[in-house]
Amino acid sequence: MTQLALVIDLNVCVGCHACVTNCKEWNTSGIAGPLVDMNPYGADPTGTFFNRVQTYEAGEFPKTETLHFPKSCLHCEEPPCVPVCPTGASFKRAEDGIVLVDYDKCIGCKYCSWACPYGVREFDEQQKVMKKCTLCVDRIYDASLPEKERKPACVLACPTSARLFGDVHDPESEVSVAIRERGGYQLMPEWGSKPSNHYLPRRKTNIRIHEDELVRADNPLVKEGHLPKPALDEPSFDDVMF
Amino acid sequence: MHPAFSVIFLTTLIGIGQGLFLALYTGEVYALFKVLPPQDGQQFYGMGSLLVMVFLGLGLFASFFHLGHPERAWRAATRWRTSWLSREVIALPAFMGVAFLYGVTHWLGMETPVVYIGSVGLSISLILGAIATLLCFTLFVCTGMIYACIKFLQEWHSPLTVLNFILLGSASGFTLATAFAYFAAPDLVDFYGAWAIIITGGALLTRGASLIRNARLKPKSTIQTAIGVRHTKVVQKAQGFMGSSFNTREFFHHMPAAVVRSVKWVFLVLVFPVPVVFLGSGLMSSSAALMVLAVLVQYAGLLAERWFFFAQANHPQNLYYQSIA
Repeated sequence: MTQLALVIDLNVCVGCHACVTNCKEWNTSGIAGPLVDMNPYGADPTGTFFNRVQTYEAGEFPKTETLHFPKSCLHCEEPPCVPVCPTGASFKRAEDGIVLVDYDKCIGCKYCSWACPYGVREFDEQQKVMKKCTLCVDRIYDASLPEKERKPACVLACPTSARLFGDVHDPESEVSVAIRERGGYQLMPEWGSKPSNHYLPRRKTNIRIHEDELVRADNPLVKEGHLPKPALDEPSFDDVMF
Repeated sequence: MHPAFSVIFLTTLIGIGQGLFLALYTGEVYALFKVLPPQDGQQFYGMGSLLVMVFLGLGLFASFFHLGHPERAWRAATRWRTSWLSREVIALPAFMGVAFLYGVTHWLGMETPVVYIGSVGLSISLILGAIATLLCFTLFVCTGMIYACIKFLQEWHSPLTVLNFILLGSASGFTLATAFAYFAAPDLVDFYGAWAIIITGGALLTRGASLIRNARLKPKSTIQTAIGVRHTKVVQKAQGFMGSSFNTREFFHHMPAAVVRSVKWVFLVLVFPVPVVFLGSGLMSSSAALMVLAVLVQYAGLLAERWFFFAQANHPQNLYYQSIA
């Protein structure tokens, strides 16, 4: 079985919103109709987006860390939004695990959005139907595109390659290896929804320097007791010998 | 959650309609066993059923305002295997249909027994009423489970939610039946009045229990599990946009905490003690005005109760929308 998903590397995401912009551009131009933008130049612009980038701060100044957090539908393996839909408009594809909304069947009751703990479904106030990330289902299978472009728009746009796309059920895929080897985790695991999208944590690269590495510990004569250990500002054993 | 008036009116109106139907049928069953005097089919059961239909119809009408595409509402009956909302969409018209037939058979006087169980003769209307009662409780359960089945809305995820829908709907329906009986069947006023007071008391117990339960809830989701960062202090600095979005509108009531708190006390006063006092004094002085007042006050209180029911539910998605910039 295939389960397509995104793996998002929070260690390299710089919060540039390129994925948001490209997602909106691609998905507002498709056959499913535009993603609404209401009141775009007014005091309270609002609209439907499949993807948002948020920013969080962990810790207290000065020991803080900023975290940019892209958020879109996680295409759960047990999507709580699907069984509650009264019309069957919300469904999970058996062949690739993408969770989709049939805009022609949706009655706009918004119940699925109540049943999603992640708040990734956004109602379209113009078409009056529920919308959500499609993993660019209209791109990734398009044989008229070169193969390397058959990826979601957000993945193609990311300048730091923070977004990986692939089959998380294939243990040797790029995404599965990334999850396995780089500590990939799921959001809100407490609800048992088993999100397919994973996040890779922030990572620090530290060099551990031991005390004895700061002074000359490699003088064999010191060990044998023949000569006193030279002070740090004195010429070292190597300087004397050669 | 954002309290939508369409859903507030839907749930309160069908609740009072269902309660009134249960009251009518209870009266009929008691009369069957000669505990209560039999009533005139047209004047009491016929007109009473008409009143039931009016409330259910208004509730159904209100529900359409909740939909983005009401013209596709018929599709909502297709997923009854998994969706409580779909089950409600089937149960509501089914109950309305049988309750309508129940009223019609009474109106046409089809009250002669057609089936005998021992010495008890069952008329067509009595059998239809039994089916409608079953559907009525099915509808209560469906309505309650729509909210109770969402496990991460912890305030709703409890059997008390279903129980509250049943008892609050029945309480308001029996209060209405008391006032209705004053005009249509005066010898049933005391019966309905007493039951209205008892059921209102029962509803106070379960609603109070859910208030106590909700006050002690500890949210399972935190900002740490929401973004997966293990640190005691994590704050949101930006939610990704400066304006509003569906996520900032649909899941929060946008009212100061003081308003929510006062609505709680408003409904606790208007749904429980005030109607009981009005009903009690109305029964003693046999004053129609007091009984009608009890109905109106309790219904107004139920509107506040339902508003609070929605406002109190805290959706975990709000964790992602705590700070604009």
